[in-house]
Amino acid sequence: MKSLILTLTTIAFVAGSASAGDVTGKISLKGTPAPEKDIPMDPACGKLHDGKKVTTRFYVTDGAGGLGDCVVYLEGAKGGAVSDKAVVIDQKGCEYLPYISSAQAKQTIRVLNSDPALHNVHPTPSVDGNKESNKAQLPKGAPLDFTFEKAEKFLRFKCDVHPWMFSYVSIFDHGFHAVSAKDGSFKITGVPDGKYKLVVEHRKGGKVEKEIEVKGGAKADFTIEAK
Amino acid sequence: MSQPADNPWLHRFALLTALATLGLIGIGGLVTSHGAGMAVPDWPNSYGYNMFTFPVSMWIGGILYEHSHRLAGSVVGFLTLALALWLNGRPAAKWLRWGGFIVLAVGLMAATNARVKLDNVLFLCGTGVAGLGISFLWPQHEPGSRRLAQFGLVALLLVVVQGLLGGLRVTAMKDYLGIFHGTLAQCFFVLICGLALCTSRWWKQAITAPPSGIVPVQVRKFLLLTTLLILGQLALGAAMRHQHAGLAIPDFPLAHGKIWPATNAAALERYNSARLDTRDFKAITAGQIHLHMTHRAGAVLVFSAVLACFLKLRGALGADHRLTRLARGWFALICVQAGLGIWTVLSNKSADIATLHVVVGAVALVKGALLTLLASAMFSARPMASEVARPFVSQAG
Repeated sequence: MKSLILTLTTIAFVAGSASAGDVTGKISLKGTPAPEKDIPMDPACGKLHDGKKVTTRFYVTDGAGGLGDCVVYLEGAKGGAVSDKAVVIDQKGCEYLPYISSAQAKQTIRVLNSDPALHNVHPTPSVDGNKESNKAQLPKGAPLDFTFEKAEKFLRFKCDVHPWMFSYVSIFDHGFHAVSAKDGSFKITGVPDGKYKLVVEHRKGGKVEKEIEVKGGAKADFTIEAK
Repeated sequence: MSQPADNPWLHRFALLTALATLGLIGIGGLVTSHGAGMAVPDWPNSYGYNMFTFPVSMWIGGILYEHSHRLAGSVVGFLTLALALWLNGRPAAKWLRWGGFIVLAVGLMAATNARVKLDNVLFLCGTGVAGLGISFLWPQHEPGSRRLAQFGLVALLLVVVQGLLGGLRVTAMKDYLGIFHGTLAQCFFVLICGLALCTSRWWKQAITAPPSGIVPVQVRKFLLLTTLLILGQLALGAAMRHQHAGLAIPDFPLAHGKIWPATNAAALERYNSARLDTRDFKAITAGQIHLHMTHRAGAVLVFSAVLACFLKLRGALGADHRLTRLARGWFALICVQAGLGIWTVLSNKSADIATLHVVVGAVALVKGALLTLLASAMFSARPMASEVARPFVSQAG
């Protein structure tokens, strides 16, 4: 009798948590941020941009109020299998693309070099358990793979050859995270039903959060103020 | 055969080594000012090449600074080896022979390992053969002052440790090794400048002449204390450079608009949000702010102490005495150094200004150290002067 109750409870729990949906929304930027700075590229890297000015990417917007490059995540969530698919960062025109990305602990982060230039790839984590490393990557060289064990927000990748090159990867110990597109939209897929704290974090704009309830999905919009 | 301490060429060679060391410190300053310390990820090789065969076409961006620093370090290492051998004379020939033999043996062993590149094998074998050959030709003279010979060996030891520290900083990726590396460089520079002074003909003549005045023991102690204070300030500066704390406070004379800036979480978030720089430094921490403020407080202390040294020497020896004039120059240098420190902050840590700040700091330390040495050796009570000076004078002298 006891085992029957346990089995029925387990079935009910699994059936209950099997219901999942997408958490979507849009992030808007309020206010006008300081103008982006021109990057003083060396001539070799400058040539790769056909003489066009290259600027910093602190506030990436679509010009219509949407704010990109925000990391969106469910705080304290558990679960979500580590994806077999690598998070890919490319070095193109002596810039890291994308500038902001997210990954799960132990997920492969693959760094490519599409440039005809030499780079070094130097992740500089600040959380114990995540290892710093520094690897050379020749022009159009073989991809370099990195993994990190612990959760860490905005783990910095840098190139010391070109001191303006940075990319930030936020590492989570669960699978429920995303990065907003240029228009501010985001989507976290496969979120089990339940109550969560949804957090939006921008490197310069700071952090905002909302309590949400997921019932086959949820929608939440946010506003970040330019600092 | 002339004694080394009598040889003007030895003095000139020591001066050349000192100048090369100052240049090396300057290039080291450029490396940290440009944030290029990790631009070459491997060591002792550079991107897999032996550092002497690394193609010039690959010296781009931060690599230019880091690789030039490595090459300049090798030049200073070679000059220091030659200086140590020169100071030690005939006994050093045996060490050079054994050293050459060992390097040649390592090179031949490396030749049997398929993983070691040919340029490294050729470099090791070539260096070993050169050392062996040179040991039979030079040095053949008798050593000069025993103490100078010992200091030559200390310099050689320091330059080796310094090279290893620099290499480990790259391979172990530890900021604190860089701080030791930056501070030891200053100590090494003082030692080489001391050797250059003590091998000069001027030193030998001045040390035997009657003193033109007496510097009281308290003033000599104060000179030493002030010099150590400058060394401490340079160590703080090295810590700032290697922890990128130079711009943790971007304004002057206030600090984030206050006399002492707030370091709570909200304040730090505000500072970091407002920090928009193409170099995208690591986030400002409370530790970086405290370090920066300590360096500012240290600057005030050094400024006051050097001014006090000048006034004390003027009081003891008069305004026209040689030591007083040197102290006046020292104080002027400290004023320049303070100005460069302020300019570094106001220029948003322009690499050239920050590097000049490092170089002038090194010169200020040497000036203090040599002033202390001169005051102790030449302008103290007679018995003490001879005690201090004797070991640095050639036995033949």
